[in-house]
Amino acid sequence: MSENMTRRSVLKNLAGIVGGILAMPAARTCKAAVQNVLASSGAPKGYDPFQHKWLMALDVDRCIGCGLCVEACKAENSVPDGDFRTWIERYVITKADPASGKSRGETFVDSPNGGIGGFKTSLIPKEDILKSFFVPKMCNLCEKSPCSQVCPVGATFESPDGVVLVDKNYCIGCGFCIQACPYGCRFLNPTTHTADKCTLCYHRITRGLKPACVEICPSQARIFGDLKNPVPNDPLQAFIANNKVERLKQNLGTNPRVGYAGLDEEVR
Amino acid sequence: MDATILTNLAENVPQFEGYVYPNERTLHPLWSTLIVVYPYITGLVAGAFIMASLVRVFKVKALEPIYRLALLTALSFMLCATLPLLLHLGHPERCFEIMMTPHFSSPMAMFGFVYAWYLMAVLLLELWFDYRRDFVEWAKTETGLRGIIYNAFTLGVTDISPPALAVDEKMGRIISVVGIPSAFLLHGYVGFIFGSIKANPWWGNVLMPIIFILSAVVSGMALCVFAYMFLCWARRITADMRCLDLMTSFLFYALVIDATIEGLDWLHRLYSAEEGIEVLRNLAAGKLFYTLLLGQACLGTLVPLLLLGSLQLLRKKVSELNRRRAYFTSTALILVGVLAMRWNVVIGGQLFSKSLRGYMTYKLEFAGAEGWLLSMALIALPFIILTVLIKLFLARELPTIENVVPGATPPPKAHPATA
Repeated sequence: MSENMTRRSVLKNLAGIVGGILAMPAARTCKAAVQNVLASSGAPKGYDPFQHKWLMALDVDRCIGCGLCVEACKAENSVPDGDFRTWIERYVITKADPASGKSRGETFVDSPNGGIGGFKTSLIPKEDILKSFFVPKMCNLCEKSPCSQVCPVGATFESPDGVVLVDKNYCIGCGFCIQACPYGCRFLNPTTHTADKCTLCYHRITRGLKPACVEICPSQARIFGDLKNPVPNDPLQAFIANNKVERLKQNLGTNPRVGYAGLDEEVR
Repeated sequence: MDATILTNLAENVPQFEGYVYPNERTLHPLWSTLIVVYPYITGLVAGAFIMASLVRVFKVKALEPIYRLALLTALSFMLCATLPLLLHLGHPERCFEIMMTPHFSSPMAMFGFVYAWYLMAVLLLELWFDYRRDFVEWAKTETGLRGIIYNAFTLGVTDISPPALAVDEKMGRIISVVGIPSAFLLHGYVGFIFGSIKANPWWGNVLMPIIFILSAVVSGMALCVFAYMFLCWARRITADMRCLDLMTSFLFYALVIDATIEGLDWLHRLYSAEEGIEVLRNLAAGKLFYTLLLGQACLGTLVPLLLLGSLQLLRKKVSELNRRRAYFTSTALILVGVLAMRWNVVIGGQLFSKSLRGYMTYKLEFAGAEGWLLSMALIALPFIILTVLIKLFLARELPTIENVVPGATPPPKAHPATA
């Protein structure tokens, strides 16, 4: 045995080993975080997420409920049947019986197959309808996203450019994030057995393209842009300037970033 | 798939009433029977440990006969606590990431640490210090597989001199003291998993961890009484009535506190009538009527409260046999009632849409990962483990108050060879 092996040196070595073991989870957390952003996002090499802040806004009055956005999203992102990264809801609000003293009657909401193929005529007689409108739904890109907060391994995270992403190579498929999302935007992908959601078509936007749903929308109900790099006559900036913008379920404190214009109180 | 077929599937099946978000239209809830079983099992662990610590920490001597049984019960359930979670994961092979790369803001990430702490630092250590002397003695006399097992469990420490045993006793007590908050932590965090989900008005509630802890204590205590009575019956020995009376007294008071807090929770919900209260009211009156009002509130709480409560007052007037019958019935009802409570929380929270405009129906399957067969097997597994542990580590003659001398060095427990 080496004559240098004193009690002090042995203790030092032991402390080093224990320290190393203790530091391992932290080191792996950091490594995983970096891997998350770089590897799983689908962004091209050289893309700097710190230079962008993507945002989508939705104009309720412009949506015609054609469902093309849902179809485009499915095709672009191979979204399984029965699951949705985006969908359209139809709200039909009936007239109130004047004797009731109420301002509106009942509210009926539907979203057959997420709105793919459009909507059939409502079964409610036209004369009974007070108003009807379509609302496109998607991930609300929360600033304090409850889904990221509860993920036990950090597989879902808020990217610096404003998108909430899931690393499917890392997700353990516990479903906690799906339970935590107040908007029903997440699902467990039956193929990958991991959580799945809207990525704002991250593989497209990081290459200068628009998300598939924005690209295909015939009525420009979906407005998309980069808050950090506004272009001349930026549609997103104009939308924010010209509309009274609201957000969904603000009472939950998730600070959703996706804004809606023309939102009715019945929408949630 | 053809759009019209899907439309019919999504909109017209009786499985959904009202409007349900498209992603919520799944065949069964995302968290199904396995996740019902998971808090049930961890709750039993925590409660059984609390029962054991009544002996160690609070020196309730009359409960000595069930000290080891309670600890072994806690251990056998603890060993199975992770199974339902693992089986439920989409990628069970990645489960260790929870410990290797934990995300500290997630209550679920803490599970690995709380579990490891509780199993390694509390349960196993306490059992080892308690059993060390016996292991050494049994290892000397036993041969064959049993001898090897006892020998291995001594971990090479064979000093059973009085000072060494005094240290064992002291360590056991310290671990018990640490163990009580740990048991609360273990189950409180399970409640926190649900209580922290603000998206769900049925779950997101500050009282949730407290309700989980209290129901855990109740269910664990009931399990100890149940296991003790069953063991006595299986071994054809008479249960120690002093011990049983005292155990059920503690059980009764724990149940009173639990029922009060759960009642307070409902009162608060109904009075404050926040968003979603209509949905919860409809659930309680409709889809959860049998499990919540009948199973949990009536059979699982009220009946045992009346049975145990009346025995608190009329104990001397009721014969031992009838008392035992009443205790057995009460504990069985409590065990079923707490299972119903877990069902109501876990499944109930997924029977309505987060749009608060619609309801889902859950049809329990028989086979498969989401079927009740697997869940029943998972509840049965700890009992099988417990049987093995009792065969190995609990002598045929359970220690009674008469043959346990208080003090740092209890007399040797009856030899397993006589079992």
